[in-house]
Amino acid sequence: MTEPLIEAVNVAKDLGSGAARVAALKGVSLALRGGELTLLMGPSGSGKTTLLSILGCMLTPNEGSVRVRGNPTDPAGPEELALLRREHVGFVFQSFHLFPTLSAVDNVRLALDVRGEPSRAAKLRSREALRKVGLADKTRAYPRELSGGEQQRVAIARAIVGNPSVILADEPTAALDGENGRAIMKILGEIAREQGHAVLIVTHDPRLLPFADRIVHIEDGRITGEQRGEAKVQ
Amino acid sequence: MPLVFTVAFRNLFHDRLRFVATVIGIVFSIVLVTIQMGLYLGFGRMVTTMIDHASADLWVMPKGTKCFEDPSLLNLRERYRALSINGVAQAIPVVIGFADWRMAGGEMTPVFVIGSDLRSGGLEPWDLVDGQLESLSAPKAVAVDRTYFARLGVSGIGSTAEIREQPVRVAAVTNGIRSFTTTPFVFLDVNRARAYTGVPTGKASYLLVRLAREADPDQIRRQLVSNIADVEVLTPAEFRERSRKFWLFGTGAGAALFAGALLGVIVGTVVVAQTLYSSTKEHLNEFATLRALGSSRRYIYNVIVFQALLSAVIGFSIAALAGYGIVQLTEGTALPILITPFLLVGLFLLTVAMCVGSSIAAIVQVTRIDPAMVFTR
Repeated sequence: MTEPLIEAVNVAKDLGSGAARVAALKGVSLALRGGELTLLMGPSGSGKTTLLSILGCMLTPNEGSVRVRGNPTDPAGPEELALLRREHVGFVFQSFHLFPTLSAVDNVRLALDVRGEPSRAAKLRSREALRKVGLADKTRAYPRELSGGEQQRVAIARAIVGNPSVILADEPTAALDGENGRAIMKILGEIAREQGHAVLIVTHDPRLLPFADRIVHIEDGRITGEQRGEAKVQ
Repeated sequence: MPLVFTVAFRNLFHDRLRFVATVIGIVFSIVLVTIQMGLYLGFGRMVTTMIDHASADLWVMPKGTKCFEDPSLLNLRERYRALSINGVAQAIPVVIGFADWRMAGGEMTPVFVIGSDLRSGGLEPWDLVDGQLESLSAPKAVAVDRTYFARLGVSGIGSTAEIREQPVRVAAVTNGIRSFTTTPFVFLDVNRARAYTGVPTGKASYLLVRLAREADPDQIRRQLVSNIADVEVLTPAEFRERSRKFWLFGTGAGAALFAGALLGVIVGTVVVAQTLYSSTKEHLNEFATLRALGSSRRYIYNVIVFQALLSAVIGFSIAALAGYGIVQLTEGTALPILITPFLLVGLFLLTVAMCVGSSIAAIVQVTRIDPAMVFTR
């Protein structure tokens, strides 16, 4: 078995303060390996997004540790965490979070621009990433000119353009119809299996099960089960 | 071009109405500051116009003289004491004072009389547009500025009037010798100036000292002070500075102008700060996305500061054009607005500082951004 690209070990996280304080995660361990598409499934409030945020170096755990390519992230301040995200993590969000005033290629280029990559090289890589997600002919289009599925594909291109170790996706198909959802999952599956990225998808949509190599169930802040996926759809 | 500039540019121009409001705010603010500072400089120049145009190496004046228009008198005997000092080439008496000008029709208006020894050329009228300087030696001859023709009830060379019930005749006309007090200047021979202002014979307001070519000004000055009692001896630069200080700060005019300028800066800062803050708030989601993508805080600050700089450059450019128009409009008035290259550079730096300073509130706001908020929106 390959080494985990990102790993959470006995992670606990409390959210809120005072009387509103809740234990969102209670000793969760999860390792993500390259070439694998993992579904993290659970009901609302189960701690899925909190775990995603901790694995994505957006939040730091109260207890336990996170390792990125074997290196513990603790202690890391906000800027060190941003650096880890920049170098190792690509995100795909439910509501895309594209910049409405930027073209598709510029939206993708942002992920490279924040790294300080020179414009010309960044443009070439961004066009290549858009080609990979089937949007070679839409590089100049603005988000308002794209369908929901196309916008999510731009977001995926943005997530993969920096060649991160891990792609973390939060309900990436929730805002899409069935056909577009399947197309997105197919792309994410290819990214995992053909490009060797670790892909973690947070969802509570059972229609995504056929795309998974591995399914992890979480409930009430704890991992309650794990199974190998069927990954029938290639 | 790095995307940080594109993002800033698009953020700024995305809401055109807000952008226009920002630019208008900056333009108003900078135009206000320009007017106030331009008035300050223009006023500063107007109050020293006589000192600027006098031909003197040193000014001898009664102790405590506050400005050129201060009508104190010194004894003319001192002139000979000054001339007795080795190195003093000339000591030209100048008499100044307010007087009443009576027009041919009987109407009265105050004038400011400036009398100088016209043969020595101490403080002569300049920018003559009609008549000759030499003609002022004739009895009753005076020089007036054509901008005051209506005020003085004259129409040009040959017009007559009275000062202190003594007849005068316009023999020369100048153009642009305006007084910030709006009281017209009347140039004439020093002896007749005494008669018109009531200054006794043997008295003068100033002695304009000219030095011999090889003379040491500092040494002569020390000698003048020690040889002549109860006088001050100032260089033209010192006298200019004293006059400016009196009119600008002794009267409170300068403080009022600075207060107006400060008000302009405050208004501009608030307008720009409000715009950048609301723009940042509107784009908070995008800034959080940038943070989620791993951007440094500096990257986001650069977006905000570049927005501020862009606003500053556009706002300043329009304000500078407006300022140029105002300068043209006030040229030739009693109180022209003066914009020097130094002031222009200063105003640009002020605009940049104001706009960048205004971005602090927006920067504080993005500093608190939690990148995880992208999951909840």
